[in-house]
Amino acid sequence: ERGHGPYQPHEPGYGLEQPGYNPYEDEIPDPQARMLAIKNAKAYLLKTSTKSGLNLYDHFANILTKILDEQPPNAVDIIENISKDVKWAQFRKKMDTLRDEPLIPPTFEAAQKCKALFVKERGEEEHEGVEEEMGRPALPNVMEAAFYFEQAGIGLNKDESYYIFLALKNLIQVQPIQTCRFWGKILGLEMNYIIAEVQLREGEEEEETGEEREETITEGEKETGGAGEEEKKEAEPPKSTYKPPPPIPKEPNGTGTNKYVYFVCNEPGKPWVKLPPVTPAQIVCARKIKKFFTGWLDAPVVSFPPFPGKEANYLRAQIARISAGTHVSPTGFYQFGDEEEEEEEEGGGDRYEENAEFEPPPVAEMVESLATWAHHVKGILKQGRCVWINPVQKSEENDEEDDEEEEEEEGEEQQEEKGPPLLTLISEDEGMKDIPAWTTQASTNLIPEYSVAILRSNRWPGAYAFASRGKFENIYFGWGHKYSPESYTPELPPPAEVEFPSAPEITETVDPSVEEEMAFKMAQEEALAEGEEEEDEEEEDD
Amino acid sequence: SLNCVDWSLLTPASREMLALAEQVKGRFQGDPSFEYNLAEINAEAAASLIQSGKEPVMKEEARLTATIELIDRAVGIVPRGAFVKTPLGTVHENRHFEGLSLVEAKKLSSYFHFTDPVNLKNKTLLEKADLDPSTDFLDSLEHDNPRGSWSIQLEKAGTVVVLRSLLWLGLTFYHVPMTKQFGYVYFGTGEKNLDLPFML
Repeated sequence: ERGHGPYQPHEPGYGLEQPGYNPYEDEIPDPQARMLAIKNAKAYLLKTSTKSGLNLYDHFANILTKILDEQPPNAVDIIENISKDVKWAQFRKKMDTLRDEPLIPPTFEAAQKCKALFVKERGEEEHEGVEEEMGRPALPNVMEAAFYFEQAGIGLNKDESYYIFLALKNLIQVQPIQTCRFWGKILGLEMNYIIAEVQLREGEEEEETGEEREETITEGEKETGGAGEEEKKEAEPPKSTYKPPPPIPKEPNGTGTNKYVYFVCNEPGKPWVKLPPVTPAQIVCARKIKKFFTGWLDAPVVSFPPFPGKEANYLRAQIARISAGTHVSPTGFYQFGDEEEEEEEEGGGDRYEENAEFEPPPVAEMVESLATWAHHVKGILKQGRCVWINPVQKSEENDEEDDEEEEEEEGEEQQEEKGPPLLTLISEDEGMKDIPAWTTQASTNLIPEYSVAILRSNRWPGAYAFASRGKFENIYFGWGHKYSPESYTPELPPPAEVEFPSAPEITETVDPSVEEEMAFKMAQEEALAEGEEEEDEEEEDD
Repeated sequence: SLNCVDWSLLTPASREMLALAEQVKGRFQGDPSFEYNLAEINAEAAASLIQSGKEPVMKEEARLTATIELIDRAVGIVPRGAFVKTPLGTVHENRHFEGLSLVEAKKLSSYFHFTDPVNLKNKTLLEKADLDPSTDFLDSLEHDNPRGSWSIQLEKAGTVVVLRSLLWLGLTFYHVPMTKQFGYVYFGTGEKNLDLPFML
């Protein structure tokens, strides 16, 4: 049957049967209006955004252009990213009259610094002549040592080793150096230190600058009054009777802890800085504190007990301790010089020389027993020096005006300290608790002919030594601290000084109040009056 | 493994193992079957172990496992953006991670601990609004106590950024900016640096 009959215009559904009509769009029945609608839509799209100055129309056009140009796969999945990229690209002006200064990447700057290392100096020919006279080349073969250490899994990467090699070469050319050695690398918080151990040529050492280290006199609490001074004297504040212990003089350059001079730099390519010689007080203090290095040589070392010096001094002190504790060589490599040269005051030979008849023991033996290794640096005594010195002698020379006051002689007699003599075997190093002081290892078990004996220190983690048929080397890579199984406890502050004993003459009494004064006055007057009366009476009697 | 040739699988650490391992001090011996005498270290634990019928010792193997777990939890770090969290809660490696920029790489805040976050809830609402929940769902290194327990350095002419932990001496994290390469390794004695506050 047919439908519901022809629809009248007023009924819904009118015009459905006619083609081209859509009941839902009865707002735009004719093309004119449609064009208008299109124009409106376009105008809307062209409306610029208030925030960014872009408009939707251009943005869509750009996106579509980009998509059609690049034809990425799965475009619909990454459409948002594309949109973001297009917006981001808006900020890049393609043609700008002002050109950005080309950004120098930091790698380029660093490379320029390193370039200086690679330049061969003109004056090298002269130096070559000098070296031949010396007999032994001053420049250490860093790469060779690095090769051996690499077999143990220790060391820096080849690039850095080579840079260090070149930097050492520069150092030798600049400074008058007799022997030089790459000591190691100490890590720091912001920058690291690369350290070279150097012996300057005799006679060319810098003279010590005339500044004597100022004695750090710590005054005790101000004591009221010396012997018998009354308070009413307005003299200058009384001098304290506290005398600081005399500072222990540092060892002269070339002996003991100051046997070698150390140069540091933060990175190869940067100029080398000479570290000042170390004083015993610094070593004693460095033993009590444990601080990280920051990488800046002039940084203050904030600690208790207060460290006398800056980070450069602390670094030097740690280097001295590490060298004294961990520099070893195969036994017999060094031997004492002729006995005539030994001076008795020195407390045992300080000088050693290479043993020409040294036969390197096989590697297996070096690994097995620690007796094949010996220290070749003198240990540091408790005093902070390698050679003990009696400080009391010095104080007698420094007599000042203190003769008037009683000199408090320090009751403790300083006992002479003896350290282990030079060239002791490291098998006599004591371990901590049950941890031996040294751990040995052969670099490889698979090829014993070419394996290298490696020695690791447990007291100073990071100190390594290797030996292979007569060649040996020590090195340090680490943070620069000693190992202790217990945690570090800072030193306690010294006990408070004794106060001046309170005696009646200096204790304050309460001032008499007015009534008491008046009463006292009255009593005095009465007494006077009585006295006068008595006199009067006496006169009368006469 | 002791010689890089024969490898043995370590069992995951249990909570008791972790607690005990923190107490044991001193170097590792190198022998996985070495036994530490717990009576010296922690009498309570020893007593509880005796009661449960086991010997009051701790094997080095367990200590090793626990130490590895502790190190990973405490100082295992990843750069920001390397891992993303989906709305479902699972964490994936981010294949679009292009690396941090040089500027970002020098900042401590662009590195995260790779463990369950502890501090995230404590941040103020303002800070939380800036976070992007897909990438910032882990603890940043900025708020590590004590402050300054990480050392950032640029090595090799600024191409590699190296972070070293001062809490576990020997943990080194490296990242090459603007590339996908990053990672961390531990070379050391396996002892926590408890003296850290004194050393800074």
